[in-house]
Amino acid sequence: MRRVIFAVTGTVAGLVALLSFKSHSPTVPVAATSGTGGGSSSSSSSSTSSSTSTSTTTTTTVPGEFPEGSLAGKLTPGETAVTGHVANTVYGPVQIQLIVKSGKIVKVAVLQQPMNTIHDIQIGEFAFPRLISETLAAQNAKIDTVSGASYTSAGYVSSLQSAVDQGL
Amino acid sequence: MGTVVSFDVPDWAGQVLGRAVQWLHWVDATFSPYRDDSNVSRFGRGSITLAECAPELTEVLAACADVGERSGGYFTVRPGGRFDPSGYVKGWAIERAAAMLTAAGSAEHSVNGGGDVQCVGDRGPGQPWRVGIADPLRPGSLALVVTGHDFAVATSGVAERGPHIINPHTGQPATGLASITVVGARLAATDAYATAAFAMGPAARDWVEDLDGYEAFAVTPGGETWQTSGFGDHRASD
Repeated sequence: MRRVIFAVTGTVAGLVALLSFKSHSPTVPVAATSGTGGGSSSSSSSSTSSSTSTSTTTTTTVPGEFPEGSLAGKLTPGETAVTGHVANTVYGPVQIQLIVKSGKIVKVAVLQQPMNTIHDIQIGEFAFPRLISETLAAQNAKIDTVSGASYTSAGYVSSLQSAVDQGL
Repeated sequence: MGTVVSFDVPDWAGQVLGRAVQWLHWVDATFSPYRDDSNVSRFGRGSITLAECAPELTEVLAACADVGERSGGYFTVRPGGRFDPSGYVKGWAIERAAAMLTAAGSAEHSVNGGGDVQCVGDRGPGQPWRVGIADPLRPGSLALVVTGHDFAVATSGVAERGPHIINPHTGQPATGLASITVVGARLAATDAYATAAFAMGPAARDWVEDLDGYEAFAVTPGGETWQTSGFGDHRASD
């Protein structure tokens, strides 16, 4: 089993080792990004800090709805939703929302994103730049990662930072 | 800066990421040109000497000078006139983060920092890493797939940073290519060479051809592609 783990460095001072991580088996290099059929039902994500603690939470995503809406009305006890500002990118507006619990990000929702670049993908627990990779990966199921980022990464980080500034 | 880094590691190695992540935060605090109190900002303003900075800055400056020399001046630590070695620091920091995981006992992992990738070992027994190269002209599509073990991939282009890679010889944004991907063994140099090659434009083809251990693939603004003679060895056939 392998895991993919995200860290945000840079302008997001002091935050976080991690946005999310997921496991995927060698025979299924891309988990939970199928465009149809609710394929994410088997995915699980864990949240963790930069240290060794982990707590497993199973998340569910809504098949076919993208971008996903605000999660503010669907929080479990102890969770807080923090919405970032709208960051304008060359491809269009990007806005993300963090779900925070005990000072840790447990989920990232994408509220707005350019619709001409990614279609019909389930979001849930993924960091936005990774989504672009995952989308590419879903089109070509046999890749592990993608070289060459996009304008939208900066928009993601900008929106993320504003949410972090408000909420953590 | 502000970069999202993803680690693809064996299951157990999630437990040893802390130091690598801590390292990346330290690099940002020390090298970010966007933080007024970073070593890089203070050194750039002349408010501290190199000797007062973290010794890693001296190491980075030497490496930048080397890339500048090898590229005929197409790589500089003052791309916009202001002191900013970020064109080297990102790849260097990612390469070192990958090396820290190796030191912690992982033989198979990859680290992707904003689209620049260091792959270590294979992704699994008998399974080489496969890195998709984004098509700069068709967002959401791949131009090709690079595969192998123990290699680095860096892509520079308009799709990565916007028109912000400056040709140091003209002071203007480089526009000769839509993107160029360089494959090498280690990400620090590979990433810096990709930046220099993008600034160079079409002339990068001959330049990379003459670099030992590096191969390149480029997409022109018109959508044509070219590659150096050894790049085919890195291309996935399926």
